[in-house]
Amino acid sequence: MQRTLYILLRNPMSMLGLLLVFIVVFSAIFADFIAPFPAHRGAVVDFANFNRAPEWPYIFGTDLVGRDIFTRIIYAFRISLMLGAVVLVIAVPIGVTIGLLAGYLGGWTEYVLMRLTDVFLSIPPLVLAMSIMGVLQPTLTNGMLAVTAMWWPWYTRLVYNITRSEKEEGYVLAAEVIGASRLHVMFREILPNCVPSILTKMTLDLGFVILIASSLSFLGLGVQPPTPDLGSMVAEGATYLPDSWWLTVFPGLAILVAVFGFNLVGDALRELLGADQ
Amino acid sequence: MSPVLRLLAKRLVTSMIVLIGVSMLIFSIARVIPGDPARIALGPNATAEQVENLRERLHLNEPLPVQYGHFVADLARGDLGISLYTNRPVTRDIAQFLPATLELIFVAGLMMIVIGLPLGALSARYRHTWADNTIRMVSLLGVSAPAFVWAVILMLLFAYFLPIFPIAGRIANMHVVPSITGFLLVDTLVAGNLRAFGSAVSHIVLPAFALALSGIGQAARLTRSNMVETYDRPYIEMAQAYGFPERRIARRYAFRPSMIPSMTIIGLDFAAMLGNAFLVEAVFAWPGLSRYGVAAILRKDLNAIVGTVLCISALFLIVNIIVDLITAYINPRIRHSQRA
Repeated sequence: MQRTLYILLRNPMSMLGLLLVFIVVFSAIFADFIAPFPAHRGAVVDFANFNRAPEWPYIFGTDLVGRDIFTRIIYAFRISLMLGAVVLVIAVPIGVTIGLLAGYLGGWTEYVLMRLTDVFLSIPPLVLAMSIMGVLQPTLTNGMLAVTAMWWPWYTRLVYNITRSEKEEGYVLAAEVIGASRLHVMFREILPNCVPSILTKMTLDLGFVILIASSLSFLGLGVQPPTPDLGSMVAEGATYLPDSWWLTVFPGLAILVAVFGFNLVGDALRELLGADQ
Repeated sequence: MSPVLRLLAKRLVTSMIVLIGVSMLIFSIARVIPGDPARIALGPNATAEQVENLRERLHLNEPLPVQYGHFVADLARGDLGISLYTNRPVTRDIAQFLPATLELIFVAGLMMIVIGLPLGALSARYRHTWADNTIRMVSLLGVSAPAFVWAVILMLLFAYFLPIFPIAGRIANMHVVPSITGFLLVDTLVAGNLRAFGSAVSHIVLPAFALALSGIGQAARLTRSNMVETYDRPYIEMAQAYGFPERRIARRYAFRPSMIPSMTIIGLDFAAMLGNAFLVEAVFAWPGLSRYGVAAILRKDLNAIVGTVLCISALFLIVNIIVDLITAYINPRIRHSQRA
């Protein structure tokens, strides 16, 4: 653990990543104290100050109805992180369980489960989420559902591959020989060996869930106004390019910063695990 | 039968099974739609009788498995039904919009391979130097933003502030080119109209690059990590001990074997572009399939949604089969083995 921290802190890239993740998470948690205009996260209208270029006190400018863009970005972080966390909390256990079952039991179970996984993987992620959102009402909950539906197969693939190689290992055979149940072997013997890879992938994915969710709302199929969302902010502002560039550029950069941060940290974790093995 | 052919046959069978699964999945997603599609299509002024007629015509009154049966039977005849909005066969709509999207994806895919792979190879060859660090940073940035953010940024930089490229569309309005393949880059050349070709090229550069950026980053990252791993192999050390030139070692002994694992992911990235094209097309007003698809989703146009998603998934599977074949061809273990 100490060694892990030491290596993380020595590498400038992972330091940058930790810093970016810290900024995003911190501002999301303490949004109420940091945001200069907390009321602007909702349906507020201030036509006296609409579409202002960045200047004090609106450091990122204001949108078309006069709301502070900086405030809305901070609250959008909060919603994106929440969405990402919920999606992973639901998708990971489902994907992991299916992967373990398919990888360990083999035979018909494997064939059926893995073909099912292939079906989900054969629709480009964004298109699958889009078709689900198209059918459901575009709300935050349904957005989570749509992204979850496209996310679990990746964990199935990951865990399936690890399980297939782990089940040949001596410790699994030993457990089988002394009469451990299949459930015990899968969840108590094999699963702990998948955890490092799963956690690394989750760190990387927290960034990618934010990316996909913002793509959905960019197309008008995600979180609906007045809820602040980075994707819909970019979409709204895109028609006012190039004059009101701040409408799109700042929310766009906000997505970049958040995803980049999680990617840097995830990368560092992956390298660490690789070095440990 | 050669191993590559055998692999092709095996992959075709699995892909058919998967495609059937996809059609069932999409079909059931489309049918749990709240509200009556017939009512939505006809609008609030239609009489109950008209709605009932349309429901009958669309087989909406029958149980779901029977509806699926009708759907498959129609599909076998190449009939995806009528789009409730454009009132034309969905297949004709797709045929009209697909070439623009495919053209965009081909160019973006080409950029991904031509830029991404060499970048990754360069990064691995000069690993742990400033060149490597820069390339890694840039490729990670490329992966870290959705295509629409890159599209907006590129448009702002290279179409507005530095007006090098046009802002939107596929070609300048003054050029009229007979449509033969639907691919403007091909059609303009066939017509021998070089100025129109130039216009088409300058229109496609920005959208394709925006679409390719995350793929370029992914390809570079992957190539680098695979190649760095290959560099640790004993045969590289042997080649170095024999005094082979570094360039030859990089190309033949480090790069080539590293391509095998990279290819699979590149195939997946290529396929992801089919989805991300939706984002780029929206920014650059590119008249492709995505605009049709998004419109269909927003209007709850069932046949069009099912048709579009099915078409994209089929393309996705085809790309994956092609990638598998190329991988098999590159990999001597499969190429020369007796059983695939």
